[in-house]
Amino acid sequence: MSAPTIVSLPDPSTARIPKMNFLTRENGLLSWLLTGDHKRIATLYLISITFFFFIGGALAGLIRLELLTPQSDLMAADTYNKVFSMHGLIMVFLFLVPSVPATIGNFVIPMMVGAKDLALPKINLLSWYLYILAGGMMLYTMAMGGVDTGWTFTTPLSTHYLNTNVVSAGLAVFVAGFSSIFTGLNFVVTIHKMRCPGMTWFRLPLFIWSNYAASILMILGTPVLAITLVLVVLERTVHIGVFDPAYGGDPLLFQHLFWFYSHPAVYIMILPGMGVISEVISTFSRKRVFGYTAVAFSSVAIAVFAFFVWAHHMFIMGISNYAALVFSLLTMMVAVPSAIKIFNWSFTLYKGSITFETPMLYAIGFMGLFTIGGMTGVFLGSTGTDIHLTETYFIVAHFHFVMVGGMLMAFLAGIHFWWPKWTGRMYPEKISQLAAVVTFIGFNFTFFPQFILGTLGMPRRYAAYPPEFQVLNVFSTAGATILGVGYLLPILYLTWSLKYGAIAGNNPWQATGLEWQTQSPPLTENFVEIPIMDHEAYDYEWLEQQQRKEVVSVG
Amino acid sequence: MDHISPVLWQFLDKWLTHFSLFPPEASKIAPESDALYFFMVLVSLVGLTIVVLLVVAFSILYNKKRHPQAVQIEGSTLLEATWTIIPLGLFLIMFVWGALLYFRIYTPPANAMNIYVVGKQWMWKIEHPGGQHEINMLHVPTGQAIQLTIISQDVFHSFSIPAFRVKREAIPGRYTTVWFEATTPGTYHLFCTQYCGTNHSQMIGDVIVMTPEDFKKWLESSTSGNSLAQDGERLFASLSCNACHNAQPDARGPGLVGVYGAQLTLATGETVTADDAYLRQAILDPAQHITQGYTPIMPTYQGQISEDGVIALVEYIKNLHTDYRLQETLNTTQLPPNNEVKAPAPGQQPAAQKEVKP
Repeated sequence: MSAPTIVSLPDPSTARIPKMNFLTRENGLLSWLLTGDHKRIATLYLISITFFFFIGGALAGLIRLELLTPQSDLMAADTYNKVFSMHGLIMVFLFLVPSVPATIGNFVIPMMVGAKDLALPKINLLSWYLYILAGGMMLYTMAMGGVDTGWTFTTPLSTHYLNTNVVSAGLAVFVAGFSSIFTGLNFVVTIHKMRCPGMTWFRLPLFIWSNYAASILMILGTPVLAITLVLVVLERTVHIGVFDPAYGGDPLLFQHLFWFYSHPAVYIMILPGMGVISEVISTFSRKRVFGYTAVAFSSVAIAVFAFFVWAHHMFIMGISNYAALVFSLLTMMVAVPSAIKIFNWSFTLYKGSITFETPMLYAIGFMGLFTIGGMTGVFLGSTGTDIHLTETYFIVAHFHFVMVGGMLMAFLAGIHFWWPKWTGRMYPEKISQLAAVVTFIGFNFTFFPQFILGTLGMPRRYAAYPPEFQVLNVFSTAGATILGVGYLLPILYLTWSLKYGAIAGNNPWQATGLEWQTQSPPLTENFVEIPIMDHEAYDYEWLEQQQRKEVVSVG
Repeated sequence: MDHISPVLWQFLDKWLTHFSLFPPEASKIAPESDALYFFMVLVSLVGLTIVVLLVVAFSILYNKKRHPQAVQIEGSTLLEATWTIIPLGLFLIMFVWGALLYFRIYTPPANAMNIYVVGKQWMWKIEHPGGQHEINMLHVPTGQAIQLTIISQDVFHSFSIPAFRVKREAIPGRYTTVWFEATTPGTYHLFCTQYCGTNHSQMIGDVIVMTPEDFKKWLESSTSGNSLAQDGERLFASLSCNACHNAQPDARGPGLVGVYGAQLTLATGETVTADDAYLRQAILDPAQHITQGYTPIMPTYQGQISEDGVIALVEYIKNLHTDYRLQETLNTTQLPPNNEVKAPAPGQQPAAQKEVKP
């Protein structure tokens, strides 16, 4: 008995990868390094962020190993501080922020709106070069001995008291910021100007809505981070006296500026992931997303509210009680659209015709983990409980549930979902389903104990801790080992599938998006002729008619 | 059983003996904080259960085998309104409840006993008003509201006592306050929870909660001889503050007797309350804090007095209720001989008595 599936592949005996596609169009290194093709740039991004993900992941492994025992015995406290700082910097700025938008978004957004490419292909390429420059600077920082500010660059610690490579790390993030500004800019222009005939705003796939919302955040938020980091660098080198009270600066000002970007940044990280989930859940339940408009506008609502909640990172930092009140209220407001999304996705399953291929498994995992991550965010958004829980492992667990349990699950769902489109070949189904389950189990083992640790009061960023916290830490480390396996598997089988995977055909999932109505891998221009959108998004009946017509005409 | 690794045995032993799932509740606010916490846990569990039930039920009922043809549904305004309004309502309850708790934790009662905390890389210095100094250790009595006035000498730190459910950032250049009332004698963790550099994880200590009688004994046995205000008095004299702040008719600086808590009109026309934070700023950055009618001649003491010193000065000024005390200081050209200070019993020291007053 095999599980039912929607996968429909062309006859393997006759199927061929189309000779002419974006991968084979030109050969040679230069054709890649000077390309303007959004799909090639997406591929470059995919390779580079995977590289940095594994560096960040190795650092996470070191963190968990150190925390196996209460003493700081694997490494000295200084080393540990550098390891978690580099882990945070690499994961946030070189993996999470560009993960879905710059890879999957870059690859599918032009196809989804029915365009030949992004509006500004050269800017797109520039954005990848900036990313590589930033990555190079981060590697340089690491080679020179790393940085131990934490990813938050807290002043005056970063400006005055540390003698590590704060300047190169700060500038790396500065450059990475411009990379994401350019990506966001490109998406906004493309979505406004390059939609094919008939593609109205409310016919756009929800992936576009959520990436649009995230792009707005990138464009408006990232410059604030950039200038803040420049001020940190100037404060450190020429003591301009903005943040350091010893020079007449205000250290809280840094917190305000930093979180003004870095709170919206978590939505930059999660919104595109939510877009992936909408696509996947709709496709594998053969149904239009329940309440399309509500889901679309909830992305916009998140983007708007995201800018007015930053001070919830500072409830215990001596902002006035009344400011805390306002920011707490707004934080509660931003939680609502996320709840709406979760319920709308759940009800998309209602009366669907559901199958459980790997992307769907990741998406279901996302829903569970994101619900936990979101609810625990409310614990921290409520001022009274924030006092006890903030700056402990509770907050570490919370944002890992959202960022890793949420975003990384969504990223993997998306990678598996669009892999056939990208490469023209299927990944192996059984082992990838196994990987999805292993990831889910490993994840919960790793991060759930950290909620308990945080409630007990274990502070974050501790190289050594009181012995009564050890048992839970051992659980967490054991879970991280499982999680590591879950992340290594896809690398292996996805690489394998490049050569041995089954030929996917145009539309293996029977999905409705325009990207599925063209060949896999697509032509450099995406479509033979610019499509005309004459139906709503997620219109499975249209798809069936379309296929019937094809059978008739071919027959 | 020797063939089983001793490491495993150790682990099992630890698991069974050193394993806690919830921190002790040792302050008056702790049960209140936990009530909200458990309410949130409950709401989360219910929410999670609903989501899991929906997903699992729909996955079973509507999997392709059982339900080969999907039924297209546009949405439902009623359902969507339901799952917008109910979470919103719950979140608003958590907001109001949390805010009430927050205002309680960060609004010290008027009769609270004040203890100063100075954070520096990587230790906590505790200054009791009676002159007891502690490092990485805080002794407090049960049944008495304790206010902590916290400041950092270098970078951000954060003063966290999980068993009390209170935490407050120690900010360079700014006083912050938090209060609690301990209920259960015992020894509890004290953590620095804001990452502060190399030995962040060594910036930990113990909070020792004692019965009022034990605490009184501890106070008596741990006194350094001078109360905090007396330390301040010495500093006041040695920095020659009294050259100007001498309450004489022709004084070049404003008189300080009774200034604490008073409304001052500044040269800029602004009216301020002379609280701890104001006094600290006025000492370190006098040019920006000129009282109306005086000329800006006071030099800055930024970088010349440690935060402990400033605290001692502030405590001294706080306790200047009569001209007599100031006269005593003025007459002291040298530091007071130690034996004179030590002579009265600790409980009878004027400063120590005054600190109990609001």
